[in-house]
Amino acid sequence: MSEMRTPLSRVRGLGSAKKGTEHFWLQRVTALANIPLAVFFVSAMVAHAGADYVTVTAFLSRPIVALVMLLLIISMVWHMRLGLQVVIEDYIHGHMAKLLALILNTFFALAVGTSSVLAILKLTLA
Amino acid sequence: MVEIALPKNSRVQKGIIHKSDKKCEKPRTLKIYRWDPEDPANPRMDTYEIDAADCGPMLLDALIKIKNEIDPTLTFRRSCREGICGSCAMNIDGQNTLACTKGLDETKGKITVRPLPHMPVIKDLVPDLTNLYAQYQSIEPWLKTDTPQPQSEWKQSREDREKLDGLYECILCACCSTSCPSYWWNSDKYLGPAVLLQAYRWLIDSRDEATGERLDDLEDPFRVYRCHTIMNCAKACPKGLSPAKAISEIKKMMVTREV
Repeated sequence: MSEMRTPLSRVRGLGSAKKGTEHFWLQRVTALANIPLAVFFVSAMVAHAGADYVTVTAFLSRPIVALVMLLLIISMVWHMRLGLQVVIEDYIHGHMAKLLALILNTFFALAVGTSSVLAILKLTLA
Repeated sequence: MVEIALPKNSRVQKGIIHKSDKKCEKPRTLKIYRWDPEDPANPRMDTYEIDAADCGPMLLDALIKIKNEIDPTLTFRRSCREGICGSCAMNIDGQNTLACTKGLDETKGKITVRPLPHMPVIKDLVPDLTNLYAQYQSIEPWLKTDTPQPQSEWKQSREDREKLDGLYECILCACCSTSCPSYWWNSDKYLGPAVLLQAYRWLIDSRDEATGERLDDLEDPFRVYRCHTIMNCAKACPKGLSPAKAISEIKKMMVTREV
């Protein structure tokens, strides 16, 4: 019976995972990177508001723009995965449900990231 | 998963109203959470009317007056009645604080008194803090050294001693931990603000020789990193300390040794 374990034994549990700082640090680093990248992206989109398809694709296919867009995608998606992981760990307590949500989170981030990268590559390399 | 509905027996009922039979010079009304483990009934909010003119100045005085004069079954912890023992921590008008340092004149209208949030209740205003005390024990809150014991005391410079200011004053009343949403959701693994402030108190002590081991034990996605700087802890602390700052200092130490 688990109730017969001492409170200290319950608190110590399986011990410290000896990790967590890297996750915390990378979340901050990607957040920092997101600031200039997001400013660039939003101002570029505002500048192209109402522009036609050809103009926008021509803009996005310029090598320097494509490069910044790729950096933006990688940093944003990475940050999103780390952030959503924290939300899942905070609120989902069933072990299997948590495991499943964490795996789906990674799959989702990879799907969003690779498809966005592919779109930019197609524009700039076409 | 997140529980949307409360378990049946946690629905709080309207309680008994204890009107004052004398004419009150300064009438004050207190609504107090009542629950008795030996009574199968649901918890309820009882109402008590007291005369503040014939009562000590603090909320704890009012509770003692109610217990002495109106309802001896009202159960709460208290000891020092001067904010140093931390026994009478409870939720007063939605804020965790010490009943003995909360003045009746600081409150307006009906005063609502509940036990510290999100802890199992033993009876009335008495929460079960077993888990918190075990967590405190788990951080080994004592001086750890390998150097042989000196003939006199362990020496500490004035500057190093000052680093303990804002930490040593903690009385472990649990106002902060029980105000922290992260602690509500994950108190089985997250150590919470009170225990982490204490952990930092030993991490920053210049006399301690186990800083690395202490950090190793805290290095965990749940033990420390559930803190999302919500800051409820610093707002709740009746001693004016900032557990949030102590936790961010722990994170800084972690990053410093890694990056």
